[in-house]
Amino acid sequence: MAEEVKLFGGMWASLYSRRIEIALKMTGVQFEFIEEDLQNKSPLLLQYNSIHKKVPVLLHNGMPIAESLIILEYINETWPDNPILPRDPYDRAMARFWARFIDEKLIWVSWDAYRSKEEDQGKAIEEACKQLKALENELKEKEFFGGDTVGYLDIAAIMVASWFGVMQEVMKVELLTEENFPNLCQWVEKFVDCPIVKECLPHKEKMVEFIRVLLKDFLASR
Amino acid sequence: MASSSVADQEGQVMLLGFWFSPFVKRVEWALKFKGIEYDYVEEDLTNKSTLLLTSNPIHKKVPVLIHNGNPIAESLVIIEYIDETWKQNPILSQDPYERAMARFWANFIEQKVTEPAREALFSKGEQQEKKVKELKEGMEVVEGEAKAKLNDKTLFFGGGNGVGYVDIVLGWTCNWMETIEEVGGFKVLDPESQPQFHKWMANFREVPFIKPTLEPKEKLVEFFRMIRQDRLGLVANK
Repeated sequence: MAEEVKLFGGMWASLYSRRIEIALKMTGVQFEFIEEDLQNKSPLLLQYNSIHKKVPVLLHNGMPIAESLIILEYINETWPDNPILPRDPYDRAMARFWARFIDEKLIWVSWDAYRSKEEDQGKAIEEACKQLKALENELKEKEFFGGDTVGYLDIAAIMVASWFGVMQEVMKVELLTEENFPNLCQWVEKFVDCPIVKECLPHKEKMVEFIRVLLKDFLASR
Repeated sequence: MASSSVADQEGQVMLLGFWFSPFVKRVEWALKFKGIEYDYVEEDLTNKSTLLLTSNPIHKKVPVLIHNGNPIAESLVIIEYIDETWKQNPILSQDPYERAMARFWANFIEQKVTEPAREALFSKGEQQEKKVKELKEGMEVVEGEAKAKLNDKTLFFGGGNGVGYVDIVLGWTCNWMETIEEVGGFKVLDPESQPQFHKWMANFREVPFIKPTLEPKEKLVEFFRMIRQDRLGLVANK
């Protein structure tokens, strides 16, 4: 039976969409990528994700699924030959816990640290580092969060692999240093070097330039 | 009731909680729904146990489920773990698309109903007004979903007469929402504009394993009033 898989995603700098691209490629599923202009969203996108009106949205045989972590679970369950989530329920629970931690806490706390005014920065950086330490401890000496191969949590942690390095350069604030987080930094190197990830992840320099332009007014006001 | 294989599977199940927490209650509902035996440990908000602090060092919050010595935190993560570990009385559908939809609505409820409600409870003035507005908007969407999915034959989001994941996640509203309104001093519940939601709440309250777990409103109001006053530094008579 012919399968129709479409991914409505943001342009190259949109990291949540890249999560899904990586997962689909790892699973070996053929899909069509439809790039959305986030300043001018298509009627189809607004129909498929009428609640949040956001990317990414996966369309499988005409059925839409929204929210990147939920889409990852759907991919895991629908194409189970190359699972991205661990098989053991406890390991799965841990992967879900940490993915939520990254999306709900770490990103926001780190964003605060990057953009804080000098007088507030110390406390914000301290908080962000505490959270990064927790993630560092979770990784321990493993090659990837998923073990020997990239899995759900590695894909979720794309923000750590890409966005942190970019923000560090743009905002000139050091958070993810090799000195403080050797495991995480080694993981970043290995993760971005994986063939499929390399295909999907934008080059750091390109991202830095893009973010610099995006935040130009914010940077000028500091 | 439990066969020896189920008992082996259970091992030791412990739940760390607060009697007043809707997040803990959700996990209890999931455990009771599946008929899982567990030890409940009442934590002290002002004096959290070493077990809690070591089991959930990241957030230091309840609920924490400890299964055979392994801790799991975050109510939604715990409920999925329970569903995947004990196969009887499934909470989520087996169908990947149905599961994705249930997870979507669970996330929506957390972001657009649970969070704003909590923030409205612990704020005042303009900040509270903003959160109440968000909460009302979230409720509107929930009413729309209830209108679309529920009818005389389908009482719950889980389908038919059985509760499911979304019902368990939304279930806190059937008891705590009135408390939050009273303590916070605002109104979001409106039977006229939310008829399907009110029907769902009434049905949920009557589910045999849910009903005995619901704390009396007066007890919740007294407790949350104290917490709100404490958080906002308010004077005793409001």
